[in-house]
Amino acid sequence: MEGLSHKAESPPRGQEAAVTAVEARGVTKVFGGGNDAVIALDAVSIAIRENEFFTLLGPSGCGKTTLLRLIAGFDHPTGGNIVLYGEDISPLPPYKRPVNTVFQNYALFPHMTVAENIGFGLSMLGRPKAEIDDTVDAMLRLVRMEELKNRRTSQISGGQQQRVALARALAPRPKVLLLDEPLSALDFKLRKEMQIELKRLQHETGITFIFVTHDQEEALTMSDRLAVMSQGRILQVGSPREIYDHPADHFVADFIGETNFIDAEIQQVEADAVTIRLPSEKTVRTPLPEDFQPRKQVSLAVRPEHADLTRQPAEGQLSGTLENVVYFGTGTNYFVRLPDGSEFVVRVANRGEGNGDYRVGDELGIAFSANAIQLLRD
Amino acid sequence: MRNGVLGNRQPSGLEIEARRQTVRNYLLLCTPALLLLLLAASGPLLIVVVYSFLEPGEYSGVVWRFSGEAWFNVLFSRDIFDDTVSLADAHLTILWRSVRLSLLTTLLAFLLGFPTAYFIATRPASQRPMWLFLITIPFWTNLLIRTFAIMEVIRNEGILNTLLQALGLIDSPIQILYTDTAVTIGMVYVYLPLMVLPLYAAMERLDFRLVEAGYDLYASRWQVLRKVIIPLVKPGIVAGTILVFVPSLGAYVTPRVLGGGKNMMLGNLIELQFGQGRNWPLGAALSMTLLVIVAIALAYYVRSASKSDAND
Repeated sequence: MEGLSHKAESPPRGQEAAVTAVEARGVTKVFGGGNDAVIALDAVSIAIRENEFFTLLGPSGCGKTTLLRLIAGFDHPTGGNIVLYGEDISPLPPYKRPVNTVFQNYALFPHMTVAENIGFGLSMLGRPKAEIDDTVDAMLRLVRMEELKNRRTSQISGGQQQRVALARALAPRPKVLLLDEPLSALDFKLRKEMQIELKRLQHETGITFIFVTHDQEEALTMSDRLAVMSQGRILQVGSPREIYDHPADHFVADFIGETNFIDAEIQQVEADAVTIRLPSEKTVRTPLPEDFQPRKQVSLAVRPEHADLTRQPAEGQLSGTLENVVYFGTGTNYFVRLPDGSEFVVRVANRGEGNGDYRVGDELGIAFSANAIQLLRD
Repeated sequence: MRNGVLGNRQPSGLEIEARRQTVRNYLLLCTPALLLLLLAASGPLLIVVVYSFLEPGEYSGVVWRFSGEAWFNVLFSRDIFDDTVSLADAHLTILWRSVRLSLLTTLLAFLLGFPTAYFIATRPASQRPMWLFLITIPFWTNLLIRTFAIMEVIRNEGILNTLLQALGLIDSPIQILYTDTAVTIGMVYVYLPLMVLPLYAAMERLDFRLVEAGYDLYASRWQVLRKVIIPLVKPGIVAGTILVFVPSLGAYVTPRVLGGGKNMMLGNLIELQFGQGRNWPLGAALSMTLLVIVAIALAYYVRSASKSDAND
């Protein structure tokens, strides 16, 4: 919160002293009462590190925006605490929290100019005029909006409003910046631009970003780490790669990207690994996921692009009949019907020389390595 | 922003013609209302202007002879014995009281009406019609009856004094009736809905996410009110103040009933000229004076309100 100059002092990325910036400790939020009570958050605990770009990802109604509003202070938790750098801020009103928000529809003040909007936070903090002017100019430079300084917010485009909203929230140098689906109102091209812009801003300012989205692609591209939420709970926290390659359960595997689910049987459970028998009678060894309740029937997930097609099914390979071929530019999806009636999708990247000449009706084998198999928790 | 983009495009000739056609159609639609307003407002007004330049009739009415006497009498009075001219103190006192009480009424109505409108606007959308309905209930009863009801409440043996005495808060009744306080209470009561409704209309359009944005950017409750809410609902404040101030200035029933004979306001003075005073031209001249004061005050108020808006 002390001027722009401390940019250089913020520790370089990757040096994991891993200071926790924001922590939710067993946070529960119930809206309404009696029979109409809705549990928006159910004993959520999460720790968000300093300087990271953290994303809360989930379908609408999963509680991600509620969690963000609890951190901002617009709502107060029914149970549990919100902790900012070790200090319990749950009882504080929003104007006493060093946290700022970029709202979904920007919520720019229509009766003020761009510069007045950006300077609002500092002026409410009672900073001297000269400092406010300097910061406003620096912010306008940061979001590349210098020439629109004295415009009314109603006179600028949606993308420009987005930048002003960012500059306004960054100007008081919050300890944490909260972003509530800030890109959802923009068209596709502008959204792509702003994704890059947001990453740049986060890098340049060194502020912890907590980003809420329902767009899984956005979450994967932008986040250092993300949390997948559903029905008021956090299902999995990890880097985009961890989440994508090793989804913990059915919901995460299904919500993020496309997945083939395979029913399998557990043969043997060891300390940190299990041996599973696939429907094709082949056995594979795979690491034991967290919170796994050992049982006989389990589900496996295999990403379509982690599998490949073979002409002749080898021993122990899954095999089936090719039912449909869908070409989509960068790749082709092959839909294979397995003997048990389920469908398995194999995605092959298109290369210039053309893919194997597979025809609908062909009997094909499906190949994937043991690493591609993810044992699901549920 | 989308409008801006469209507005910047040069419209074609056909479009301009189509737009003119629309405007013509709309003009046609509002012709009946315009005619009614023209006849019912300008006609009588014109008669009042004419009457103010005539001589009073013996018992009432006017004599069709030109005279500036009525206008002279608005501000000055001529001694009936020696013809010395002095300022018409009574008129000026009444004018000053009218302006003072109207301003006070407007201020009190604003202070009471603003939280009320805010309360209604922040209820769930399904409950708001019920609250608005409650606000309009007083309109169901005749103004005179409501005013007498207030009289019942505040008179010396009325509910208020009885209650305060029963509670032991006062020893003898407070004289409220027939004072300026009584007139103010009455006028605030009567005109409060006219403040609440336009304020509510403005607040209903207010995007409460802007209020959250204010809190988020370190503005306290008071600062959010001053820097965010009030500037945004200003059109409602302007409309509400006008709707309360203007009729207060010409109020007639309330000052008459609650102020007794001695606390006249402009409305009563004008009525007096047309009734017992039997001086129609003076009544007409006083009416025109009131109209001009209101017009000037409004013009000044609206201009300064829109100017400070542009400066913000």
